[in-house]
Amino acid sequence: MNYNKILQSALVIGGLAFASGASATPSGEMLGNTCAGCHGTHGVSNGPAAPTIAGLSKAYLVNAMKAYRDEGRAATIMGRIAKGYSDEEIDAMATYFSAQKHVAAKGQFVDAGKAEAGAKIHKKFCEKCHEDGGKVDDESSILAGQWAPYLGYTFADFASGAREMPKKMKKKMEEMTAKHGDAGVEELVNFYASQK
Amino acid sequence: MSNISRRNFVKLTGGIAAATTALGYTRIAGASNHGGQKRVVIVGGGMGGATTAKYIKMADASVEVTLIEANEHYYTCFMSNEVLAGERTMDSIKFGYSGLAGHGVKVVLDTVTAIDAAKHTVTTAGGQTFEYDRCVVAPGIELKYDSVEGYSHEAAESVPHAWKAGPQTEILKQQLEAMKDGGLVVISAPPNPFRCPPGPYERASLIAHYLKEHKPKSKVLILDNKDKFSKKGLFEQAWTAMYGYGTENSMIEWVPASSDGKVLRIDAATKTAYTELSEHQADVLNVIPAMKAGKIATVAGLTDDKGWCPVDQKTFESTIHKDIHVIGDAAIAGKMPKSGYAANSQAKVCAAAIIAMLHGDAAPEPSYVNTCYSIPGKDWGISVAAIYRLGADGVISPVEGSGGLTPMDATAEMHAREVKYAHSWFANITADTFG
Repeated sequence: MNYNKILQSALVIGGLAFASGASATPSGEMLGNTCAGCHGTHGVSNGPAAPTIAGLSKAYLVNAMKAYRDEGRAATIMGRIAKGYSDEEIDAMATYFSAQKHVAAKGQFVDAGKAEAGAKIHKKFCEKCHEDGGKVDDESSILAGQWAPYLGYTFADFASGAREMPKKMKKKMEEMTAKHGDAGVEELVNFYASQK
Repeated sequence: MSNISRRNFVKLTGGIAAATTALGYTRIAGASNHGGQKRVVIVGGGMGGATTAKYIKMADASVEVTLIEANEHYYTCFMSNEVLAGERTMDSIKFGYSGLAGHGVKVVLDTVTAIDAAKHTVTTAGGQTFEYDRCVVAPGIELKYDSVEGYSHEAAESVPHAWKAGPQTEILKQQLEAMKDGGLVVISAPPNPFRCPPGPYERASLIAHYLKEHKPKSKVLILDNKDKFSKKGLFEQAWTAMYGYGTENSMIEWVPASSDGKVLRIDAATKTAYTELSEHQADVLNVIPAMKAGKIATVAGLTDDKGWCPVDQKTFESTIHKDIHVIGDAAIAGKMPKSGYAANSQAKVCAAAIIAMLHGDAAPEPSYVNTCYSIPGKDWGISVAAIYRLGADGVISPVEGSGGLTPMDATAEMHAREVKYAHSWFANITADTFG
């Protein structure tokens, strides 16, 4: 190794050490605790609208935060908040929240008839990716037991184009709305909100 | 047996004491080492104090946490403007301490009268004394009545400040309800720094909202100690849309300090506010005076010459008295505003630091957030948020390029969502603090 290379390595190592020394990444718990004021203790929301983020998959949480931060995912406040976090911090927070127990929303009003209709729509159009009635988060978030207003906003943002859908989802959503219209969306929201 | 050193014996008995506690037996009274148990005494059961108590217990149940609070219930200052407007009940902003007790916090209803930093003791009006390893002082604010001539604790019975929620909120609400249509509400807004920077302007908004529905010929006049205020552009936009702001018939008028807005004196009997050049006779007069750290902080010698508490912003330990931490409105917390969310966030950083320090470890790298919603009218929410880090200079500072305000071009749909999220904020932060 010649002198220049040694110098370069020393600079790189020195630079890394400096970066981590100047601003060490806070722990996932430290970072996650700052979210509780809006998303509830450990990420379990008391509603009426802010979503529960406890127990969502790490991949989904990382994707969501980066979409808010870098890609302008539709939001009221989350775009502004996500810009405060580095990749490492997002990773730490996502690890923390994915390890928390997901608890379904309690005490929200659900129209049983609409929920029943929604169950059928779900099975036909959504179950393939949102498995087990939306309870399984395979990078797709947990829809079952989520707060209804949040679900409604999400559907509205997909419909208006404010939030982009994956290609497959877009196709299924178009088929679903062609057949069931806005009523179908409402029925799906009631179905997911009714799940425990 | 004779081999057991004195040190080991102490360790052993300490272990027994801890074990009996775990089994539910009464801890040996008067044991000088408390079975090795660390003791934290928290003064004040508002957002900061209650959150610290809960988060210490959640992280380390072995720490004895005593929270001393003067009142049986805490009324949140945030959302109390919705109570004034008749949009929510007093009961909905009222919180007790059974949730904290459930986490194992010892809650003592008493008023702290002294903190002895040298002896590590806290004394109450009820004559109790509590020893601590670390003390947390979270007293909120004290109103500087003497910042406005003619104003006093007594005068606040007829000229409410309503800046500590509870009975004061009731008085202001009743006066608004009793006011005739065509009446004038005058709000005197305080100088910086003060609790809840957007609060006076949200209050003006929600009073106007109430008046618009019930007494539409009435008006709100804000006389200000400042020339600008939190979320000003967003408030003025909302006022223009909902209350005719800027027109002849505006229901809200704002007078900045530079246009003779500063209230110097009041006459409580006639509800008249005097500025340098003019007088304003009100039907309802709401004076929000200047503020300083809550009284016990001053009594305990924790304040600087401006009346606020300097702290190490990584741990919130006082830079004046060792082993005492100050959080929330009373503390000088870098660039963070004096808000309920800030107090809740600081409390968690403080709790983590205390646990580390009790174990002789370094405090962990902190992270802080403030999220603050205001509701200037029906289906119209606005917000400000910031993420903070401890700067290399030891000052809590916002992460560059993050946070900020609701955009000025937000749609009606987004404003409506922000109301729903504001109410979620309320439900979650109060559960996170008291639940």
